[in-house]
Amino acid sequence: MSRIELKCDLLVIGSGIAGMAASLFAANRGIKTIQIGKTNTLSFTSGLMDVLAVHPIEEKRLWKNPWDAIDTLKKDISGHPYSKVSKDTIEKAFKELVAFLKSADVPYANYQNKNVNIITPIGTLKPTFFVPESMLNGVSALEEKKPCLIIDFYNLKGFSALQIKETLKDKWQNLRTAQIKFLDSSKEQFAEQMAYDLEKPKNLDKLAKEISPHIKDAEILGIPAILGVKRHSSVLSKLQELLGVKVFEIPTIIPSVPGIRLKKAFEDKLQDIGVQSFYSQEVIQVFHKDDFVFDVTGAASMFKIRTKGVILSTGRFFGGGLSADREKITETIFNLEIYGPFLRKVWHELDFFAPRGHNINNCGIETDEYFHPIDKSGKVIFNNLYAVGSILAHNDWTRMKCGTGVSVATAYSAVNAFLNQKG
Amino acid sequence: MANLETQVLIIGGGATGTGIARDLALRGIKCILAEKDDINAGASGANHGLLHSGSRYVASDAEAAIECREEGEILKRLAPHCIDNTGGIFAAVSGDDEKYISDFPSMCQKCGISAKPIDIKEAKELEPVLSEKTIAAYLTEDASIDPFMLSLENMAQAVSLGSSYMRHAKAIEFKIENGKIKYTKLINSKTGEETKVFAEQIVNAAGAWAGEMAELASVTIPMVYSKGSLVITQKRLTKRVINRLRKASDADILVPGGAVSIFGTTSIRINTLDAIYPTVEEVDFMISEGAKMVPILETTRYIRAYAGVRPLISLGAKKGDDRSVSRGFVLLDHTENGVDNFITITGGKLTTYRLMAEKTADLVCRHLGISATCKTREEPLPSTTHGKWTEPAMTPKMWMQKQKTDDILLCECEMISKSAVDSLIESAKQSGDPALKVLGLRSRIGKGPCQGAFCSLRIAAYMYDKGELNLDSGISDIKFFLNERWRGERPLQWGTPIIQSEIAEAIHCGFLSIEL
Repeated sequence: MSRIELKCDLLVIGSGIAGMAASLFAANRGIKTIQIGKTNTLSFTSGLMDVLAVHPIEEKRLWKNPWDAIDTLKKDISGHPYSKVSKDTIEKAFKELVAFLKSADVPYANYQNKNVNIITPIGTLKPTFFVPESMLNGVSALEEKKPCLIIDFYNLKGFSALQIKETLKDKWQNLRTAQIKFLDSSKEQFAEQMAYDLEKPKNLDKLAKEISPHIKDAEILGIPAILGVKRHSSVLSKLQELLGVKVFEIPTIIPSVPGIRLKKAFEDKLQDIGVQSFYSQEVIQVFHKDDFVFDVTGAASMFKIRTKGVILSTGRFFGGGLSADREKITETIFNLEIYGPFLRKVWHELDFFAPRGHNINNCGIETDEYFHPIDKSGKVIFNNLYAVGSILAHNDWTRMKCGTGVSVATAYSAVNAFLNQKG
Repeated sequence: MANLETQVLIIGGGATGTGIARDLALRGIKCILAEKDDINAGASGANHGLLHSGSRYVASDAEAAIECREEGEILKRLAPHCIDNTGGIFAAVSGDDEKYISDFPSMCQKCGISAKPIDIKEAKELEPVLSEKTIAAYLTEDASIDPFMLSLENMAQAVSLGSSYMRHAKAIEFKIENGKIKYTKLINSKTGEETKVFAEQIVNAAGAWAGEMAELASVTIPMVYSKGSLVITQKRLTKRVINRLRKASDADILVPGGAVSIFGTTSIRINTLDAIYPTVEEVDFMISEGAKMVPILETTRYIRAYAGVRPLISLGAKKGDDRSVSRGFVLLDHTENGVDNFITITGGKLTTYRLMAEKTADLVCRHLGISATCKTREEPLPSTTHGKWTEPAMTPKMWMQKQKTDDILLCECEMISKSAVDSLIESAKQSGDPALKVLGLRSRIGKGPCQGAFCSLRIAAYMYDKGELNLDSGISDIKFFLNERWRGERPLQWGTPIIQSEIAEAIHCGFLSIEL
């Protein structure tokens, strides 16, 4: 069977934030890049970008300054992916990413170079670093405890303004709530559909009219994150104009619109800068002899990719980078050495929310300083293979609040390492 | 402190306690049932949901086998809505005790239990998942029963006749005067509120906790505990109950329960009643042992595991054998211990709960000097709204029938809509504040593949909107509910479940930061 063979310098496997960032950094450096991805995990993200907020997790110690936290972390956990990158690298990586997202009309910002608290749909506070600009107003409003109205929508499930108000009662007394009926409210509402609906000016006008009478003394309005997908910035500024108050978005439970905005931005704009992307594709076989040759399959196609280097950013179990059976954990494409298969009986704690985290969260791939996966003896397995993102070992990202930071910084380092080696 | 008066105080809201409440109510005797957690929180909610034909006990305990046969027939007649009359197959595989296999039909016959031999080919046609190594098979009268619906309906009828149910009400003191319990002090485990109940008779139906209760009256019941764990498959594997044809042992019963199958058990001696949960080792053992009878158990997807405790009592034992002792029940009149109005009922099986309730109620009546006779042998168990939401296909059916687009689904895995949750909240409020776990116990909430990761958030938000939750109580409610589910997911973390739990952790810790 003759199959199309594509050639590239760098193949990025994975379409989560690490794979997207690696493709971006590679294309920006003029590397001929192909990206393939199995699932679209980005639409499952909140859209918040963590750097590092909690360390040590056992103590639930919160850091206002993520850069100080990283200094301490490096001393305490020598295997953590951050121990292989400098702060300068993390900052440069984010700078390049944020500039790209701004060009795609998905503006991100941080607040005084510090971690911020974002209100979640259940009224807890989520510490994070880079946030969509639409959420920044909420950060200062909470700090200053401004008179605020939070609205929710009838039949948009999993988001109750009353729940946020009640849960935040001792932190923000000046909160009022209102429930709004959105367009055809008699059926279930979905955040993504609402966001597209609001890109039509007449729908936005109508929404503003519904909200207006509830504003009263409120200086700021909190609203579920539904203010447009691709035309998000203009929807936000138009709503603020119509209501005459500042507006901030509150992330929703997945699939969340800020995550979808990220996904769309990458999917549309990476092509423009020369990345050849294949989503919903899966690697079925790999051959290695200097170059890697991959057999790749998707819904209607099967083809080969020949590449000089590979960035493995396949994520963990949800992303498909790791899989588990009753005895062990396996890396799914190269069958790489995994740190800490442990015995299954010690994979997980009895308390799902145990502060120290589950042992399994620390398992993953160990690498050298350039993010080449290594074997048990510490030897590099392939000198043209790099592993980045959440598949890396010693990185309990859900508890440390460092997921995006690790993904972006390791992708940045690996792309540069590939470039240096190739050069 | 509130004072309550009643004829009979029942301690324990399992199958036995709720069965006694109904039996007494039908005799015109009002009672209060106090449960330290909620309906079926102990072994009554942590078993196979198997209505025994009796065949399993023909070798070890003919008396228990006959009781099972009789009670099974009564329940199939009077509580059909709680039962899926599947029938059963007893199957032996090569290597199983051949003498036991050849003695089986005559042992069944002696107990009047039907066991019809079928050839291997027919057995494999009826249940294709049976092993290629099956060497003998019999059709039996086993069935599947929903223990939650059963207990909820028993309690519902008792309540309709004037009795009452208190959940989260733990007995902490018996005030004994002149050889009688004058009053019982209860504490609400959620609010800390205390209540004194003045009852003429006190029935200790606390199951594995019966010893602890008796101790409060300075009565010692020598109890030992046997933990049994079970696993639930994602799909229903068989039409019938499948029982390994051998001397009753571990990991040899597979029971269909609506859209799933339940497989178990283990039997592990434990010393305390804290920390009862299924372990990785138990699950692995059961799977490898069970796969000998039904090989697909090795590869099928599991949804959850759970564990219950069998109370074993050495009082009145005919012989020293634990297993046979554990199958029977024990009714103790503590008049012998100098406490005139105190009775303990414990041990036994789900299948014989009605008989246990009848015998206990008979003794209560003798103590009260009332001659009313038992009606539960003849009166059908009514079907009410309190029990109906436990049935796997009920919520989708109701939802489809209504076809109201406004009645959106809050739990998508099990198709539970706003109106179903409204009804559950109303039912739960009869005995205290509604909480996620309380609703979960009365329905299929949290029992699908997401194991509560999504529906816990949606239902909590809905409850805030309805004013049923306030302040930050939703946070602890969600954590408590998810941790309850987690205990049952933890030993099954491979394949798809490990992906599900990773998503749950990313949402609840990574995003919501609920662990902080």
